[in-house]
Amino acid sequence: MTLAAASHGFLTPSGVEIAFLLVGLVTLGAAVVTVTTRQLVHAALWLVVALGGTAVEYLLLTAEFIAWVQVLIYVGSVVVLLLFGLMLTKAPIGRSPDADSGNRWAAVAVAAASAVALVWVVVDAFRATWIELGTPQGSTETTGRSLFQYWVLPFEALSVLLLAALVGAIVLSRKGDTAITGDGGTPPGPGPGTPPAPGGTAPVARAATGPVATPGPAPREEQR
Amino acid sequence: MSDALDIVVRLLAVFVAFLVLPLVVGQTEHKVMAHMQGRLGPMYAGGFHGWAQLVADGVKFAQKEDIVPAGADRRVFQLAPAVGLLPYLLVLVAIPIGPHSAVGQSLDAGLFFVLAVMGVGVLGSIMAGWASANKFSLLGGLRTAAQLLAYELPMLLAAASVAMAAGTLSLPGILDSFHWWWVPWQLIGGVVFFVAGLAELQRPPFDMPVADSEIIFGAYTEYTGLRFALFLLAEYAGIIVLCALTSVLFLGGWHGPFGADGLGWLWTLLKTAVLAFGVIWLRVTYPRLREDQLQKLAWTVLIPLTLVQIALTGVVKVVTS
Repeated sequence: MTLAAASHGFLTPSGVEIAFLLVGLVTLGAAVVTVTTRQLVHAALWLVVALGGTAVEYLLLTAEFIAWVQVLIYVGSVVVLLLFGLMLTKAPIGRSPDADSGNRWAAVAVAAASAVALVWVVVDAFRATWIELGTPQGSTETTGRSLFQYWVLPFEALSVLLLAALVGAIVLSRKGDTAITGDGGTPPGPGPGTPPAPGGTAPVARAATGPVATPGPAPREEQR
Repeated sequence: MSDALDIVVRLLAVFVAFLVLPLVVGQTEHKVMAHMQGRLGPMYAGGFHGWAQLVADGVKFAQKEDIVPAGADRRVFQLAPAVGLLPYLLVLVAIPIGPHSAVGQSLDAGLFFVLAVMGVGVLGSIMAGWASANKFSLLGGLRTAAQLLAYELPMLLAAASVAMAAGTLSLPGILDSFHWWWVPWQLIGGVVFFVAGLAELQRPPFDMPVADSEIIFGAYTEYTGLRFALFLLAEYAGIIVLCALTSVLFLGGWHGPFGADGLGWLWTLLKTAVLAFGVIWLRVTYPRLREDQLQKLAWTVLIPLTLVQIALTGVVKVVTS
């Protein structure tokens, strides 16, 4: 696992490395289009390409489990939630001139800073380590073992954080409900008389943090 | 070289299954619905009991003019059917049909792959709903998204219960560790998985997103010709995928009372066919759920049930190990 990088030249790349680079370029391009396009829904759809490209990169690094989780959570849930929010509020076909905000340069600065931080951390952590990908390094079993042997505490802390966010979201949505329907004296809830449109769907949008939070515990149970 | 040949043969087999099985389900639906309603259904196309009706339908669809509404977002509109259909083809690759690696491609995290890619298929309906520039389509797309968000969670949790029981995420691995008593043990999870899958496919009684008496045909309202046919094909391919997955995860796939070695694939197909018949039967039997009832069923019935199932799985697993 720790062969010197010197014995593997960067000038004679293997097929996987070329594919990795190309997919990376596509991902980067899609990400740039996501933040620069003036068509709101197109931005969300380009985000699908960017996230899917990331999943392919994971696959090329033989981290199969992470790749499918990426597709399941980000493409399957987060983007759908995003599209749902867009269609519920404002999803014009064509360009929206007001889609650009004045924060462009601040956003560029934040993005550049976080990119530098991430690259720095990765470079600092691995330096010249050479990881042989002949045997899968990121199978479900390997991921589970390292997660629950070495990283249990951060994992549990994250679960608690997500749980707190979930409970907070429910509390916030409940408060809104009672404020609106409180003067009527009837308890909120979908009855045959209440229109299902805004009151019925808003908690769904919020409660949908559920799929984001839950796939964590599932593999944990399995590994025990 | 034989390796490459092996892969080609497997992919070809999956592709043929992908082309044939949905048509078989469609034809069965025509005939079963007809007989349940005291009709005969298609009788002329192809001669014998109208077996070629769907082929004739396909030819008809191919001849129709391909219309894109003037106000629509052209590219997304045209791309949507492919996004809706292709994921089901990908999923079929990972579903094992018999023992001894009778599977398109055995994946380490096959269960996650299958669920993830099925979720992507729904993106096609949402894209179609938005890009059509039609308020009924938009409503259909919205309902699709809301439904997916609600039913993805119980489906995942039910699948997680099986993964816990088997101790693996690989679909052939799950079947390798299957015992007959898993069927009663995972019964709740199985029912929830099947119901949530029906909702994800937007099949009756969960067909609120395409409710033809309210919003014409939901996200597919503006589609004609071949693209419309692709959406219909996606629905039937989805039935195949859901039924095959349910039989693999909860009914033991290739395991049967006898003929374990040679007839494994037949058991898988038989279980899938019985479940598909159930899907058709439900369509004829039950009225459509209202949108709020639909959401309520997912969040207040199915999710608590799956949590009970996961607790049960955990307890039995700890006691028996």
